[in-house]
Amino acid sequence: MKYSYYPGCTLRNKAKDLDLYARKCAVALGFELEELTDWQCCGGVYPLGSDEIASKLPSVRALNDAKQKGQDLVAVCSACYHVLKRVNDDMANVADIQTRANNYMALEEPYKGETAVLHFLEVLRDRVGFEELKKKVVNPLTGRKIGAYYGCLLLRPSDVMAFDDPENPTILEDFIRALGATPVVYPYRNECCGGYISLKEPNLAASMCDKITSSAAGFEADCLVTACPLCKYNLNKSGKLPIVYFTELLAEALGVKEGDK
Amino acid sequence: MQKIGVFVCHCGSNIAATVDVKKVVEMAAKEQGVFHAEDYPYMCSEAGQSRIAAAVKEKGLTGIVVCSCSPRMHEATFRKAAERAGINPYMVEIANIREHCSWIHKDMTEATEKAVILMRAAVAKVHLNAPLMAGESRVTKRALVIGGGIAGIQTAIDIADAGYKVDIVEKTPSIGGRMSQLDKTFPTLDCSACILTPKMVEAASHENITIHTWSEVEKVSGFVGNFTVDIRKKARYVNMDKCTGCGVCQEKCPSKKPLNEFNRGLNTRTAIYTPFAQAIPNVPVIDANSCIKLKTGKCGICEKFCQVGAIDYTQKDEIITEQYGAIVVATGFDTIKLDKYGEYAYNESKDVITSLELERIMNAAGPTKGHLERLSDGKAPKEIVFIQCVGSRCSDDRGKPYCSKICCMYTAKHAMLIRDKYPDTNVTVFYIDVRTPGKNFDEFYRRAVEDYGVHYIKGQVGKVMPQADGSLLVQGVDLLDNKQILKKADMVVLATAIEPNPDVRKIATMLTASIDTNNFLTEAHPKLRPVESPTAGVFLSGVCQGPKDIPETVAQAGAAAVKVIGLLAKDKLKTNPCTAKSDELLCNGCSQCANVCPYGAITYEEKLINDHGIRRTSRVAVVNGALCQGCGACTVTCPSGAMDLQGFSNRQILAEVDAICR
Repeated sequence: MKYSYYPGCTLRNKAKDLDLYARKCAVALGFELEELTDWQCCGGVYPLGSDEIASKLPSVRALNDAKQKGQDLVAVCSACYHVLKRVNDDMANVADIQTRANNYMALEEPYKGETAVLHFLEVLRDRVGFEELKKKVVNPLTGRKIGAYYGCLLLRPSDVMAFDDPENPTILEDFIRALGATPVVYPYRNECCGGYISLKEPNLAASMCDKITSSAAGFEADCLVTACPLCKYNLNKSGKLPIVYFTELLAEALGVKEGDK
Repeated sequence: MQKIGVFVCHCGSNIAATVDVKKVVEMAAKEQGVFHAEDYPYMCSEAGQSRIAAAVKEKGLTGIVVCSCSPRMHEATFRKAAERAGINPYMVEIANIREHCSWIHKDMTEATEKAVILMRAAVAKVHLNAPLMAGESRVTKRALVIGGGIAGIQTAIDIADAGYKVDIVEKTPSIGGRMSQLDKTFPTLDCSACILTPKMVEAASHENITIHTWSEVEKVSGFVGNFTVDIRKKARYVNMDKCTGCGVCQEKCPSKKPLNEFNRGLNTRTAIYTPFAQAIPNVPVIDANSCIKLKTGKCGICEKFCQVGAIDYTQKDEIITEQYGAIVVATGFDTIKLDKYGEYAYNESKDVITSLELERIMNAAGPTKGHLERLSDGKAPKEIVFIQCVGSRCSDDRGKPYCSKICCMYTAKHAMLIRDKYPDTNVTVFYIDVRTPGKNFDEFYRRAVEDYGVHYIKGQVGKVMPQADGSLLVQGVDLLDNKQILKKADMVVLATAIEPNPDVRKIATMLTASIDTNNFLTEAHPKLRPVESPTAGVFLSGVCQGPKDIPETVAQAGAAAVKVIGLLAKDKLKTNPCTAKSDELLCNGCSQCANVCPYGAITYEEKLINDHGIRRTSRVAVVNGALCQGCGACTVTCPSGAMDLQGFSNRQILAEVDAICR
């Protein structure tokens, strides 16, 4: 199976591990991530404004490229995935945005939200299957107690993201279980890390992150797993628990972590 | 050729403000066969009706069109007026220019044009109307009550006291319903069982009442006065005549795993069980899904210990068929499932419970013998948070749009009882609004606040977070103080929305009784006929019709009983003459009409037919006028056009369409 792959900017510098291990794991699991040739920054938060058009265009371009190839579009970064999926939803359902974006793009055939946007975790759950994944694990993470940290971007708004139950998600717990580790369920796993507020009011973000890590530590988690570079950046600052990307854990379990890094 | 009179009603300003009634009269006068046309402010009034009578007498009218409100409102009124004036009541047609016209339009020109068209259609139909005579049917003087909660019990007792036989069909092993699960009742704080049990005993010992517990209604046919009902008496595996209710079987039963439904699954029961100590009948049932003997063939301990030999593993479900004149639905409610409310951590924490679960915990016969304790560790809670409107007044599809009505009062009750019995326990209530209309209700709520120090916070809870130390952190908002609140609690109680018993859909379908979008049974009129279903002979008692507390339920139960008594007091009922009729010359006996008839009203006979002098024997459809409800399904199915509905014939309907399209 071949997917169009959208890495995103952060995965080219701060979050290189997230990208590297995703690619390695895809090989190990037998599917192909074909990187889009001329992807651009998803725009972070800006494309989410309902009156923004120009900042939505990089997403539209990526989505349309995948459409041309007849492939589903996979992202690993929570924020990129969020933006791509939200823009795709606008392109399918908001007539005004659809018209204006297509006017800018001047494509041969207008883009109307045809591409399916998948998070790497969704590929694992819905295409590979956690049962199948379990069979491919060579280094089970037995005995490790891992807390899933979802943050907001994967889950909400739940009607558009349709990723998992926004209040009681289970996909990361199922993922952790498939790798042989024990998931630690703690109530702050879907609370916000503060996001970009860490630039303007670092103390506020710190107190939000502290609640998250303290809660997970209280339930005896050894580490937290996330799919979001910004969450990792913020959570790391609290210093209570190691924060790892889910792809890193996956690579470890699949036995592809070491080697040509 | 009919001589038709057209009577246009203003309905005060209801019609006249939007429809130019004078114009309708003027246009009516031009219609063929219209010999009289007039308007009047209130046609349904005594004066309006006498104008119709006067016109009939003066002009020798043979047909009447009344342009007014819906026929559901006043068709009967005008039919009676016509009858008094000496015309067959079925020569009256109503043109609905209120609900179908003035109420839904704003522009007078357009509305008037539409009113004229509706009038024309009615005139065209009356031209083809023929006098019809109502038949009669007998009334079976026995009533069926579906559901044995307080609503069903009260309805049954009231009907039985009037001298009529009543059967109660109850799905669970005992009558008593939700009220039997409650500990105390508001606003008097008297013990629920103490006031319910005498009613249960009264019903059980009443000479006119038969109770079928562990039974379900399987099939209903017939019509008002003559229902035939199949009741499935589920296998109890205990002989009701022999069992003395000693309870030894329940003590000895080794299968102790099934969740105790009566205690809302908070503890377990045995496979052979009576749901609660005061159960009526006091005869256990065996839950076949968890009985070791029934599942594996081994065990048989209850049989060995039963001194009277009442255990019978060979029992099978039994279907009994009974006749009834009236049916009362009293199927009650359940609380909604909380799967869609993940933020309250109901599935994650044992110490987040529903109010009905708290009711069982507070009850001396409940899982904790009446001690208020946390189900996780058995400790006494020192901080309790109540959250109101969980799933009620909800604007998305997770919950219910309506107010469940009883929660404000029972939450105040719980809060007060806890503060009274455990004064060192703090109680906080999060609410959107506190709604306490009802006799002595607001006084009750104020007592909770003022005398018992219950802390009420206006605002909703966003999240309940189970903490590592076993406590619960409640994150909410105080809207009056405009502050976020983080409150540590030992127990959280959810005032969970109520919804009609899920079985009600099945029952409503069997009864052809209508239900609304929330699965509550619809009343015949929301204000004037609140205890009757639109289906004749079917009545509504209790929460199946809408959220109610106990006094309201009992009042409605009595009202439903009065309606049933009024029906059963009659020896005969007039039947609707607008029934289907088959033209024997056209019928080819294909059976398609009988296949679609929902009432089983069509049979076939070999008949000698005189077809314009040619005699032949033919298989033809025959409609039983007593069973036919005039739904018209057969008339549209009949491929040869032989089947027609009297009063709504194909010709009449096409004449109406012609008039509209003219």
